Amino acid sequence: MSAFFLEGSPKTPHVNFDPETGLLELKGRSIPENSIDFYKPLIDWLDKYGRSPQPKTALHVQLEYFNTSSSKCILDLFKKLEGVRATGNEVTVLWHYEADDEDMLEAGEDYAGIINIPFKMIQIEEVDGREA
Amino acid sequence: MLQRIHDLYDELERHRVMLSFKGALSPELVTALLGAVERRMDLIEQDARTRKRVFNVVMECLQNLYHHNSNLTIGEGVPEASTEPHGVVMIAQSDQGYQVLTGNFMAGAEVDRLKGHLDRINALPPEELREFYRETLADGTYSKNGGGGLGMIDIARKSGGKLEYGFVPYDKDNAFFSLNVNVTT
Repeated sequence: MSAFFLEGSPKTPHVNFDPETGLLELKGRSIPENSIDFYKPLIDWLDKYGRSPQPKTALHVQLEYFNTSSSKCILDLFKKLEGVRATGNEVTVLWHYEADDEDMLEAGEDYAGIINIPFKMIQIEEVDGREA
Repeated sequence: MLQRIHDLYDELERHRVMLSFKGALSPELVTALLGAVERRMDLIEQDARTRKRVFNVVMECLQNLYHHNSNLTIGEGVPEASTEPHGVVMIAQSDQGYQVLTGNFMAGAEVDRLKGHLDRINALPPEELREFYRETLADGTYSKNGGGGLGMIDIARKSGGKLEYGFVPYDKDNAFFSLNVNVTT
């Protein structure tokens, strides 16, 4: 299957899903008016990936902002990965948040409390920046 | 008329208004308004957390205006149907932080449900509000725009205070909804 790549925009995140390495990235802002339209192809891609996944999959989430319209769609991405993990593969979510952004850390904890995948919280200086 | 322009400017200035807009909304305009708020906040607010909270609240409020709108404008005091969502938004500095005020026409049939939702949110202390958010996030239901009832909960969490709201009945099908969100610093 082919990689899924989207450039970021002022309202939608940069997406880079690589089926060869199992490295998935979601970065930037996710604040579109209609998130369901935006996320549908990502969820479909993960559905397909889940049929022959890599033994190790890592999803890096590094969002500066996301709206509540995106919240449930992001949960759906995690649920697809939960399925990948349930078939015996290693899956990790790496949740990046800026050092002063306690709200984004809490948002990651909220997902971690719902989804049965190990979350790693990673503090960074600023989104697009280095690890702190 | 010319004097009124100055009076309007003066009034907005005295209330420390950063941005005010009334009219038809499109996704492009929402993006432009958010960009204006972000640039202004970068200049006037030192605290990154407050900057982000204000941006988040404005974003959710504008998207509420855009989605939950009965597409009416007022012509000569009488509601007129329009093809686009209409609303009013004002963002001002206050002694406690920032005020985000929005208003729009909505379906009268939705008023009781929204009022119940807002009262429930206002009755919850922060930790229970977070729990309510988690439950709503995990419940697996979607609204047509994807939010599934999370918007107002998120606005309340980011504001750190109670949501002030009002409904003015307009005609048998519509009411005007006003929301005042204070983001305290």
